[in-house]
Amino acid sequence: MTDRIVTARWGEPDTVWIDRYIRTGGYRALKKALKMAPVEVIEEVKASGLRGRGGAGFPTGVKWSFVPQDTGKPTYVVVNLDESEPGTFNNRELVERDPHQLLEGAIIAAYAIGAGSVFVYCRGEFLWPGLVLERAIAEGYEKGFLGKGIARSKYDVDVVLHRGAGAYICGEETALLESLEGFRGQPRQRPPFPAVEGLYSAPTVVNNVETLCNVPHIIENGAAWYASIGTERSPGTKVFSVSGKVERPGNFEVEMGTPFEVLLEERAGGVLGGKRLKAWTPGGSSTPFLTAEHVDVGLDFESIQAAGSLLGTGAVIVCDEADCMVEAARRLVRFYAHESCGKCTTCREGTWWAVRVLGRVEDGLGRPEDLPLLADLGRNMLGRGFCVLVDGAVSPMESTLRFFRDEYEAHVREGRCPVTGEGPGRRPIEEPVVPTEAPLSLSEVLG
Amino acid sequence: MPVLSPELRERAEAIKARFPKGRERSAILPLLYLVQSVEGWVTRDGLREVSGLLDLTTAEVAAVASFYTMIRTRPTGRHVISVCTNLSCALRGAETVYEAANRATSLEGDREVSADGLFTVHEEECLGACDAAPVVQVDFANHDRVTPERMAEIVESLRSGDAPAPARGTAPEDFREASRILAGEGGVP
Repeated sequence: MTDRIVTARWGEPDTVWIDRYIRTGGYRALKKALKMAPVEVIEEVKASGLRGRGGAGFPTGVKWSFVPQDTGKPTYVVVNLDESEPGTFNNRELVERDPHQLLEGAIIAAYAIGAGSVFVYCRGEFLWPGLVLERAIAEGYEKGFLGKGIARSKYDVDVVLHRGAGAYICGEETALLESLEGFRGQPRQRPPFPAVEGLYSAPTVVNNVETLCNVPHIIENGAAWYASIGTERSPGTKVFSVSGKVERPGNFEVEMGTPFEVLLEERAGGVLGGKRLKAWTPGGSSTPFLTAEHVDVGLDFESIQAAGSLLGTGAVIVCDEADCMVEAARRLVRFYAHESCGKCTTCREGTWWAVRVLGRVEDGLGRPEDLPLLADLGRNMLGRGFCVLVDGAVSPMESTLRFFRDEYEAHVREGRCPVTGEGPGRRPIEEPVVPTEAPLSLSEVLG
Repeated sequence: MPVLSPELRERAEAIKARFPKGRERSAILPLLYLVQSVEGWVTRDGLREVSGLLDLTTAEVAAVASFYTMIRTRPTGRHVISVCTNLSCALRGAETVYEAANRATSLEGDREVSADGLFTVHEEECLGACDAAPVVQVDFANHDRVTPERMAEIVESLRSGDAPAPARGTAPEDFREASRILAGEGGVP
C-alpha cells in the first residue's frame, strides 16, 4: 500500500517528539539532501512531478528552480500554514501530529534554494498547532537540525514562526507576504512572482504544508518511486479533508486518481444516516460543487477539472438530500464577502450583493429575475478580481445554479425552501456591518 | 501611561529581533498581540505604543490592526467564544450552538461584551477543524462536536472560573493569555 506517505506516522502519537521522529527514520532525508548539491535536490523534486497542494497545483521543483541565485539578496522560504479554506483541515492535522516532517521538508527546501531563513506563517486561530510547531522548532535547535552548521554540515538555517490574525486572504501568497512584512494583507500585482521578488523584495519560495511534507519522502525514496504513485500528471497522494454529512469525517490520504466513491464509502463511511448524496465539493468552498452523478470521478487534478471543478485543497464537503443548496451557496458566498480584503470593486461589491440576493431567495423572498441576476453577477465577477478570491465566491453560486436550478426556482415560486419547508422570517436579514468607532484624530494620524 | 511594563518592553525588542535589520515592521502583529495580552484588547494607547516601538504613525498601526479580526480594537470580554457557522459546521447544527452561546452568555442585539464583562461571542468563519463540526473555540482552544447543551456547560464552567479542557492541548486562562501565546511569548509547552 502506497496510500500513506505523509500520514504514515499518525498511528504513532509519540512521533511529535524529535527522538521518536528520528527513530522512525526522521531527518534521514535531510542528511541525504545535505550531501547532494542544491541543484540536485531541485532536480530530484522536479523529476518526482510533485505539484503544490495549496490549490494551484504548480510543479514544486519548477517553482524552486525559478529562484535566481545571482541577485546579491538573501533568499527565503515561507511556509503557508494559513489554512483557512472552508472545509480544509489537513495542514492542521499534519502539523499537530507530525510537526518535524514539515520542518524537515522546509529545511530541505531552504537548502535547495540557498535560503538561510524560513518563515512559517501560521493561521492565528491555530493556537495549539502553533504551539506544537514552536516546540518542534525548539527541539530542532537543540538537536542541531536548525541553527549554525546543521547536521554537521556547513549550512546554516533559522526558522521563525509567525502568527496571522484571522484573515483568509493571507493564504494567497502575495497577501501573505504583505502581512508578513507588517501590512494589511492585500494581494500584490503579479508579476513579479515571489520567486523573483517576494519577501522584502527578495527571491522567495512560498509552499503549502502538505507539499513540503512530501519532500523528505521524495528525497529519501527517489523521484521515480514518487512518480510511480498516483496518476501520470498528478503523482503521489493527497490528503483529503472530508466533512459535512458523512459517517466518519476526517483526513484521509489516498493515491491521486482514487475514485471519489472509494473515499466516500470506504474511508469516510458513506453518507450520514444512509441518506442519498446530493452534492460535494472536491477541493473546498472555492471549487464548484459536483453531484451524485460524479461519484466515479478520479481524485486528481486532471480528472476533477474534466468534470468541471478543481482539486483545490482537497476539502470534500458533503451535502445530502435533506440539505438546501441555496443555503449552502449563501453560507459559502457570505464567507467570501466577509473575507474580501476590499482592494478591488469586483470582489468587495460583487460578493456583498451576491449574499443579499442569495439570502432573499433562500428566505423565500426572491423574485423571478433574481436567478438571471445571480448568473449575470457571477459572469461579471469571474476572472475579474485582482486575485482569485472572487472566483472562489462564484464557484458555489454558479455551480448550485447550474445543478440545482429547480431548487432555486421552487424557492422563488413557493416563497419558501422546497427542501426544508422553511419560509421568510426564520432569520434576520443580514445587514452590512458598519464600523462603530470614531475615526482617529488628526494628531493621531500624524504621529 | 505606557501599556507595556519594562519587562514586556524587553520582550518587544526580542520580538523585533526575529526579523532582519531594517524589517522590524514585520513585528507589528506579534506586538499588537503583546499589547492585547496586557489590555485585553487594543486601545488607542496600545496602538500608540506599538507605533512608538516601530517608528510608525498611530494611523499606520491602526490601519493594520483594523484589518485583522483577531486584533480586537473594541472592548472585549475576558473570554472570546468563537462559533463556526460556515457550511461544514452548519450541516452539523452550528446555528443552534451559536444561539446557545448567545443565550448562555446573555448577549443580545449588538452588544459585544456581556454585562458581567466575561464574554464576547463571535460568529466565526471556518476554524479548520471541520471533522469535529460543530466547532467552537474558547480563547482559541478547540472544542469538538459541540451541542447547544455542551455550549451552555462551557459557558457555566467559564463563569465559575474553570477553563474547560479543550479537545487538544491545554486551555489558555483567558483571551489575554491566548494573546500572549499568539505573540510567541507563551513559553513552549
